[in-house]
Amino acid sequence: MEPVIFEERQTQIHRKGTQPFDLACNKDSLAGAVSQRACVFCGSRVVLYPIADALHLVHGPIGCAAYTWDIRGALSSGPELHRLSFSTDLQERDVIFGGEKKLYRALMELIERHSPKAAFVYSTCIVGLIGDDLEGVCKKVSKKKGIPVLPVQSEGFKGNKRAGYHAACQAMFRLVGAGDTTGISKKSLNILGDFNLAGEIWIIREYFKRMGIEVVANITGDGRVDDLRRAHGAALNVVQCSGATMDLALMMEEVYGIPHLRVSYFGVEGMAESLYSVARFFDDPEMMARTRELVREELAELYPRLQEFRRALTGKKAAIYVGGAFKAFSLVKAFRLLGMEVVLVGSQTGTPADYQELHDITDEGTIIVDDSNPLELSSFLKEKDVDIFVGGVKERPIAYKLGVGFCDHNHERKEALEGFVGMLNFAQEVYNTVMSPVWQFVPRKVRKAA
Amino acid sequence: MLLRHTPKEITERSALTINPAKTCQPIGAMYAALGIHSCLPHSHGSQGCYAYHRSTLTRHYKEPVMAATSSFTEGASVFGGQANLIQAINNIFTVYEPEVIAVHTTCLSETIGDDIPQIIAKARDEGKIPPGRHVIHANTPSYVGSHVTGFANMVKGMVDYLAQSNGHKESRVNIIPGYVEPGDMEEIKRLAGELGVPHIMFPDTSNVLNGPQTGRYHMFPPGGVTVEELTRTGSSMGTVALGTLASGPAARALDTKCKVPCEILDLPIGLQATDIFIDTLRQIAGVTVPESINIERGRLLDVITDMHQYFFGRKVALAGDPDQLISLTQFLVDIDMWPIHIVTGTPGKKFEKKILEITKDVPHPVNVKSGGDMFLLHQWLRSDPVDLLMGNTYLKYIARDEDIPLVRFGFPILDRIGHSYFPTVGYRGGLRLLEKILDALMDRQDRDAPEESFELVM
Ligand code: SF4
Ligand code: SF4
Repeated sequence: MEPVIFEERQTQIHRKGTQPFDLACNKDSLAGAVSQRACVFCGSRVVLYPIADALHLVHGPIGCAAYTWDIRGALSSGPELHRLSFSTDLQERDVIFGGEKKLYRALMELIERHSPKAAFVYSTCIVGLIGDDLEGVCKKVSKKKGIPVLPVQSEGFKGNKRAGYHAACQAMFRLVGAGDTTGISKKSLNILGDFNLAGEIWIIREYFKRMGIEVVANITGDGRVDDLRRAHGAALNVVQCSGATMDLALMMEEVYGIPHLRVSYFGVEGMAESLYSVARFFDDPEMMARTRELVREELAELYPRLQEFRRALTGKKAAIYVGGAFKAFSLVKAFRLLGMEVVLVGSQTGTPADYQELHDITDEGTIIVDDSNPLELSSFLKEKDVDIFVGGVKERPIAYKLGVGFCDHNHERKEALEGFVGMLNFAQEVYNTVMSPVWQFVPRKVRKAA
Repeated sequence: MLLRHTPKEITERSALTINPAKTCQPIGAMYAALGIHSCLPHSHGSQGCYAYHRSTLTRHYKEPVMAATSSFTEGASVFGGQANLIQAINNIFTVYEPEVIAVHTTCLSETIGDDIPQIIAKARDEGKIPPGRHVIHANTPSYVGSHVTGFANMVKGMVDYLAQSNGHKESRVNIIPGYVEPGDMEEIKRLAGELGVPHIMFPDTSNVLNGPQTGRYHMFPPGGVTVEELTRTGSSMGTVALGTLASGPAARALDTKCKVPCEILDLPIGLQATDIFIDTLRQIAGVTVPESINIERGRLLDVITDMHQYFFGRKVALAGDPDQLISLTQFLVDIDMWPIHIVTGTPGKKFEKKILEITKDVPHPVNVKSGGDMFLLHQWLRSDPVDLLMGNTYLKYIARDEDIPLVRFGFPILDRIGHSYFPTVGYRGGLRLLEKILDALMDRQDRDAPEESFELVM
């Protein structure tokens, strides 16, 4: 069965082994496509929102704020100001006469009541259009209240999520450098690009602690403003995930000379290699020894249990469609570890380099796709007869309608999937859904059995 | 305590909404459009809005939600979105082949000032709309009204674009169900069928957003009102519109356009409102109420009388949409409960007046606010506590912090199932509501009762 696809999209889909690899990506979505992508604001919001002691005010009409109210389970070990929804709720007259005064009053009132450490003010499409001087209002309030008030230039139409990551990084970078760095260890780092879904950053922090490394700032999961302000005192930035916080790392590298390492905490290989690369960076034999020991301990515990899952899951087929391509790399490897075959892999916002790497690590026949839509995805799932689909909120019901298992590797994950223990949780989750007895009733299986 | 930041003292807030009790127009328009068979809702704006609307509907219904977007970029925001929309219409009809595209605007395209009818006309002139296919639209700026307004506007758009009078009055009633769940729409149709009233219901999301597991993914599920039916609404002998805010504009438009007279009623939630609905249908269609419906009604009444001692004087706080809250408040007052804090995010002063009228005999001060938010509701009930909360999932923060039982009711419900299958409208819906209310109250009573007064029989 040939899937239904827009002609214009042909170049954004590739079947490995059929022709030379040259995937078009980083294109604006086609008008009229049922794209699974989101906007700039969304990108900024998910990156900054876990900073728990900051005020997050959405300057715009109500929807933009309502939909992002506590949508991502970014856990905080302390303050939870980030879980409330604040909006200037722009009305028609604001659109006509401008929303600056309203924004000013809202900020003053909120800062008075909640005494946050800093405030982020998100601009939305409409604010970009009516031309409110966000920067000016923020400056004024900042002066009056004596805390950093940071505009986030996240007008939705200015691009996709990736542009939003960039805007978020720019806002955060204004905090960096303001704090006192005395007392920070030479063996220290910042964790970038982890949002503490299901408490994951706590797992990672623990690993670094066991290695003898001080974590200066969590960026941004369970994040704090004051930590960000002294983040420039760290010796290293470890950056997870393809896009979200890379820009911040690059800016810190340029201005403060802090090098960065790209890491991944998903999957055994990725996790171990990440820790080793950090140890190598510090060039400290004792630390390396401790790291080896850590990995050995964790694996000794993990492997026997993984083998059980592997026995059950070998030969099962998986499809992956996630936001960033970097996550897809780890998932491909993780499925391989479970003996499973990845038959489809795609992302909303991958870059050419990302897709080249995906191409290199996947098997012949694997479908690689950029910025896909439900029709394409569902036809690929059927064609490849997959057992599990890994995606986000909009993909879940498609999988279930087809009678295919599902794992949320995005905002809605309930279990920590990072670290060694995360691999086990992942295996368990994959096993639970792939092997669930409910599929015996779905037409897909019934037809096959008949 | 997630909401530890909520102070008791209430100060005037003019610039700020905290923890909203509403959302924006386009999501209502998108939901309404999904109630047309073979229709692809189209969001004319940038990608984010549309992604949020789809995600939220998906979380609420646990079903795939299809829609397309004009994918505005910076250029479109400066020069207007005409090119995007025309290209989108072309692409959609070529690849997804729906019968209808239902365009709604977003804050962005509204502010730019795109003239949608003119763009649709241009698309038609350029041959981008295949014969027999339709493009309809509604303006849905979110800086006016709320998601309910958006729903109302799109339903009115169906009338504006598709309803036609054939010169006859055919013996058939139009029913506009209001911004209710797919299961509610099914129940309303069932009741009309039980009464023997030929009808067309629009929109109709049953079997679109509560469809069965078939092992197949349908971009356009089997449910929904068809274009042909929508056309015929112009020749029906009358319209019954449920919910002033959500259904009123379409009903009036149909009256103006095709001279189909309308009755605009409250949503049939609870005993009295359902009585009025049934009676209105009976009168318009000239039928008698069958025994089967009398039995349903009798059962609801039976439970109300059996359990009335548990309802008496229980204080309730409500958050939701105006049409729902009006009927629900009436129902609660009817069974002797005391709704004392009532908030909707949707603006409109009529709502406050109506609620105060309904609750005038409640022997307790009543707070009501339109254009309010959950922060305000929380402040109210911190000074004057209640026994029960009713509203959407976002009330769970308050429920947890204040340790008050919560009955989920309204939109969105992101953390439970059932709302898309089991109705809250009609007599059966009333029964379900009572069951939920009693479960919540009695579970709490069981939990909190000291051992000696912990009762087996209640
Ligand atoms: S811009 Fe308007 S339409 Fe878009 S999400 Fe925000 S409020 Fe809704
Ligand atoms: S208005 Fe713009 S910023 Fe807001 S959700 Fe829509 S695209 Fe994103």
